[in-house]
Formats: sequence, C-alpha cells, structure tokens
Amino acid sequence: MATGTGDLGPPQRSVASRLNWNDPSFRAILYQIIVLGLVALTVWYLVSNLQANLKSRNIATGFGFLGLEAGFGISESLIEYSPASTYGRAVFVGILNTLRVAVIGIILATILGTIIGVLRLSKNWLISKVCSAYVETLRNLPLLLQLFFWYAIITETLPSARQALNPLPGIFLSQRGINFPVPAFGIAFDLILIGVALGLIGAVAFRIWAQKRQDRTGQQSPVLLVAAGLIFGMPLLGWLLGGAPTEMSVPELRGFNFRGGASLSPEFAALLIGLIAYTAAFIAEIVRSGILAVTHGQTEAALALGLTRGQTLRLVVLPQALRVIVPPMTSQYLNITKNSSLAVAIGYPDVVSIANTAINQTGQAIEGIALIMAVYLSISLGISLFMNWYNKHIALVER
Amino acid sequence: MTAPTATTELKPPALSQGWLGWIRENLFAGPFNTLLTILTVWLLLATVPAFIDWALLKAVWSAPTASVCREAAGGACWAFVYEKHRLILFGLYPFEEHWRPMLVVVIFLAMIGLSCLRRFWTVWLALYWIVALTAVGILMWGGVLGLTYVENEKWGGLPLTLILSVFGIAFAFPLSILLALGRRSNMPAIKALCVIYIELIRGVPLISLLFMASVMLPLFLPTGVNFDKLLRAQIAIILFAAAYLAEVVRGGLQALPKGQYEAADALGLAYWQKTGLIILPQALKLVIPPLVNTFIGIFKDTSLVVIIGLFDLLNSLKASLVDPAWPGFSAEGYIAVSLIYFALCYFMSKYSQALEARLATGHKR
Repeated sequence: MATGTGDLGPPQRSVASRLNWNDPSFRAILYQIIVLGLVALTVWYLVSNLQANLKSRNIATGFGFLGLEAGFGISESLIEYSPASTYGRAVFVGILNTLRVAVIGIILATILGTIIGVLRLSKNWLISKVCSAYVETLRNLPLLLQLFFWYAIITETLPSARQALNPLPGIFLSQRGINFPVPAFGIAFDLILIGVALGLIGAVAFRIWAQKRQDRTGQQSPVLLVAAGLIFGMPLLGWLLGGAPTEMSVPELRGFNFRGGASLSPEFAALLIGLIAYTAAFIAEIVRSGILAVTHGQTEAALALGLTRGQTLRLVVLPQALRVIVPPMTSQYLNITKNSSLAVAIGYPDVVSIANTAINQTGQAIEGIALIMAVYLSISLGISLFMNWYNKHIALVER
Repeated sequence: MTAPTATTELKPPALSQGWLGWIRENLFAGPFNTLLTILTVWLLLATVPAFIDWALLKAVWSAPTASVCREAAGGACWAFVYEKHRLILFGLYPFEEHWRPMLVVVIFLAMIGLSCLRRFWTVWLALYWIVALTAVGILMWGGVLGLTYVENEKWGGLPLTLILSVFGIAFAFPLSILLALGRRSNMPAIKALCVIYIELIRGVPLISLLFMASVMLPLFLPTGVNFDKLLRAQIAIILFAAAYLAEVVRGGLQALPKGQYEAADALGLAYWQKTGLIILPQALKLVIPPLVNTFIGIFKDTSLVVIIGLFDLLNSLKASLVDPAWPGFSAEGYIAVSLIYFALCYFMSKYSQALEARLATGHKR
C-alpha cells in the first residue's frame, strides 16, 4: 500500500490560473454572464419604453379592470352572464367556452381518429382507400380554411329555421345551428348522473381489487363484464329510481326560431366539426403507426402461448401500441386546445375572442394578452401533467 | 405413405385467384368485411355522384353576372372564381402590375422545386436563395429599375402567403438550431433561457403571438419607431416557427449516438468545429422528414394572419366573397383556394415520404 506519494487527487489550482481564457469552465461562466446581461439589458430597454408609452398614452395598468362592468354581451355562456357583469366574469365565461369545445373535441376526435386509423389498416381495400383519402385531404388543408368552410356551409347553404332540414325525427339542421331533443327527466336526470359517477368509481375499484386478487391467488376475474355492468347498470338503476320517465324535450318551430330541446349554435357547431375532422386525421395516423409498431412476432408469440384473440389484443398488442401512441397523442390534445383559439375568426366567444374585446374596450393590451397566455399555459400544463402521468403508468419498466 | 396417383394438376379454386379472388380477398372476406364494403359503397354512392353533378356536370364555367350564373347553374358557379381570380391570387396589388407578383410566385415555386433536388444540396443553394429573395423584394416593392413603388399594405394573395412562409422558415431555421443547441448545452443559464423560450412559445396559440405582435409590440418600442403590420406578423411567425423547429432539431441531436460526440471530442475538435462538422450534418439528416412536416405546418399556419387583417390567400378570398355583386359563392371560393393549399402541402408531404424512404440508411438496422 502506497503511503505519502499515493493519491494526488484533482489538481489544486490557484485563483489566478482559474481566470484563464483556456479554461473551458471559466469561458462557460463568462459566456453565461454575457448572455444573461444582454437579455437583462433588452428587457430593461423594452420595459422602460413600455412605461414611457403607457404614460404618454394614458393607459391604465394592472388587473383592476377585471372588476369593472364589461358592458358587452356574449352570445353563448355556460354560466349566468349579462352585459352588467364584470370583465372578470366575462373572461371566465370565455375560459369555460374554450374548455367546453376543447374537452368535447378531444373526446370525439380520439374516437373518430381511432376508428379511421384502424380502418385504414383494414384488409378491406375500399375502406382503407377511403380512409387514406380522408386523412390526406384534411391534413393538407389549413384548419382556418376548414373552419370558414364549415361555417359558410352552415350559415349559407343550410335553409332558414322555417325550412329546417330534418334528417332524423326531432333533429333539425338550419342556419340557426343544430337543434336536437334532450331528455326532460327532472330529478331522474340527477339520479342518472350520480349513477354514472358511482358506476365509474365502482368499476375502477373492482379493477384494482381484481388485480390484487390475481397477484395473490393467480385467479382472474371478469373485469370487463363487471365494469360494463356497473357503468351501464348504475345509471339504469338511477333512471328506475327516478320513476323511469320517458318524456323528451323536442325542439319545435315557434315563429322564427326553435323552442325546447337543446341547440348548438352555428359558431360552436362549425368550430367543433372543424376541430374534430382536422385533428382526427392526425390522430388516425398516430394510431396507425402505433399499431404498425407492434411486430407480427408479438401477436404470433401470444397466440402460440394459448392466449385468445381478445387477450392478445388487450394484454400484448395494445400495451405496446399505447407506448408509441401516447406521447404524440398528448401533443395532438394540446393542439386541439390551442387551435380552439381560432374560434375568434368565426365569432365563437372563446377566451381569446372575449379578451380581445376587452383589449379593444380598455386598451390594456398587455394585461389582456398576458391573461390569454396564462390561460393557455395552465391548460397546456394540466394536459401535459396528466398525459405524462399516464405515459409513465404505461411506459416500459426498465432498469 | 402412398405415391400420388393423380397425374393431372388440379387448378386452384376459381374464387381464390384472378380478379374474382382479389375481390373476395379484399372486399368480402368474412361477414364484417362485407358489411363494411356495403356501407362504404352506399356512402360513396350517396355523396360522390351528387358532388360530381354539382361540381362538374351542372356547373357553369363562365357567366357575365352573378344572377345569370345563379339561374343557369343547377350546381357550382365557377364563373365566380374566374371573375375574382386576380383578386384572390394577388389581393389588392395594383391591377396593371400583376405580372410582378405572378413572377414572384413563379420564382418561389421554381426555388422550392430546385431545393427538392438533392443535386442542388450544396452551399450554393443558400446563395441562390439569397439572390431569389432579393429579386422577390425588388419585384414586390419596386421603386428601382423603372418599377413603380408598391407599399406593402397592398401586397396580398398567394405571393404574401409564400413570402410569410418562406421568410418565416428561412429565418426561423438558423434560430431553431441555436435554440436546440442551447437546450442541450451544459451551461445552466443558457439552457434555462432556451427551455423557457421554447416551452413558453409552444404552450400558447399562434393567435396570441400575432395579437401580441399587432397590439403589444408597438408599446414596447420607443415612440416614433414603428414597423409595419406585415413585418410584425412576420416576426411573430419566425419566433413561433423557431420554437417548433428547435424541438425537431433537438430530436435529431438526441438520436445521434453518443459515440459521435465522444469521437469528435477525442479528435480534439473545439465546440463549434464539432457541432458544425460532425454533429449537425448527421443530426439534421436524421430529421429531414419531420422538418418537412413542420414546414407544412408553418405554411398552413400562415393563414392565421387573416385574424390580424393581412390579405394573404385566405383573406383575399374572403374579401372577394363579400362583393355585393357576387354574393353567396363561398363553397366555390373555398374549394378553389383549398386546391392551391392542397397541391402545395400534398406535394411537400409526398416529397418528405419519398425522402424518408431514400434516407432510411445509416443508423437504422
């Protein structure tokens, strides 16, 4: 064992030799100081310009305007709103409208996209060609053009409310948008909703219990059957408890417009159709590549092990395909949310459109745009966090 | 084991080969497949003949006025597109000078075509582009060489769409490489700045950036200094595109095997030598297909300038739709403009797929 002369350790250098141009770490620190200094200088320059401009143009600053009376109407709102409400409430209405179109859009685009992606891989020559044509056409046209197109179709090509198209009993298509019947169940409706919630919770709980049981005893439980039973059975029970009502509120033409039922405004319908049709084309491609990424050997090996077709799909193919699908799917969900801001072009009152009106009325452009950005950043962050959690959940567990 | 007794070869069943076999295999394999085929055929029969009837058979191709066209046509009235094609293609550009934006479109298309040929992928290509873009500037603005001056408020239509996307990509691309390198840098301050920039831009919609450029940017500039709207929109598009391209480039940097970095270090190359000579040429080659896809996205996204009131292809179409002399021909107009967008995007996406197939060498096994 060496003593005294042994381990030299890292070379000890004096401070003078550290301040050496040839030392990469010294250069790195210097570069960073220079870049940060330049950024700080630019920011200071812009902010000082801003302050001078705001003073000379007499523009108020701060978010105080959110408490003032807005004074403009909003065509559709999920909560109580009138022109006498505050700007803050108007912006909140906008956020809800954005979320409404984004959430419905994400769900429907996922369903439509998955169907198209799977059908494009079908052995059926005709349907796979039709799906390819759909994907190629919709992907290669600007979304805004598609939105204008749908909006023009609804407001110009469709007949007026008096001559509304009636493709299915109770459903009316006209320039006023889409009117359709909804159940008028009263108390039973709430019971059904409670039933849905209980069914979902029950299904998840049963799945966890079945997993634990399988880990412990190796015995499998019919998870799918029980879950389906719970999810459909509980609402049915709620409906029965509510007295099994069958009344429907059907839209009827009164004067120039429809009464009863529920309606989608032309703006909302155009935005939703456009977003779904456009994003479904991208999702179809993602689903297709995900399925293609699972090699044939995996399926064959699973079948050779004696798994049924259904088990092969559920236990072997899907988990591997999802690993490929989930990350790009996340960015498509983010895209739907961000693209819903195109609502401003066709007059759907989303958060951008309302903040834009507020900017025009108050002149407080900075606060308005900061508000828009904050809203989208938080929504994006929320979706990213959820999808990252889900991705981690299904990701391959490696060393 | 018995020896085969039959001496004549049996033909395969008639239903499993030839065109009958193909139809059975591809259209009627199993009940579900048959159902799908029948549904699809029904859907196609319900839509395609009606559309062809509307768009071609009953359409009117030329008519002096809108009402004549409306009465004569049981279907589409393409006379509207013919009547308005100059306005749709060139916006408000002075009518007698329309050959200039026309030439600009030709230059752009020729340069894009040229850039697609691998034979031209040299340093010279950048030089050609600089010459071409200068020519575009001279043609659009004029004011020299005996061309009358046209201020850029009057630019519009297809040339404006091409200008916004080509200049957007040309300036965003170098910026995106710097951002991607910055995000992979070892220097914490630079890395943090690049991450914040990229994630901030990617987290908000392009519209909010365009609003920012049109209403907020003037407030940040000293009094008296003011860019015009076109330049502000162009800056917004560049900043937006750079963040998205940076992520694609970063993908390439990450996909490159670590050995390449280490070998370059071992050879004693400095950072920029290593990056310029070893890393970037390989990393960029890896991501050419996704880069082209992002280019397509940027090209489509330039249509958003409609919202801040620039007259690109989409907005000049909208301007011609509101002409009271020709009301209610939206479907025809949108289909005509769709064809232009589709032709350009479809060409680019097919090109990127072909390139992907040809470049699928090297690190892929």
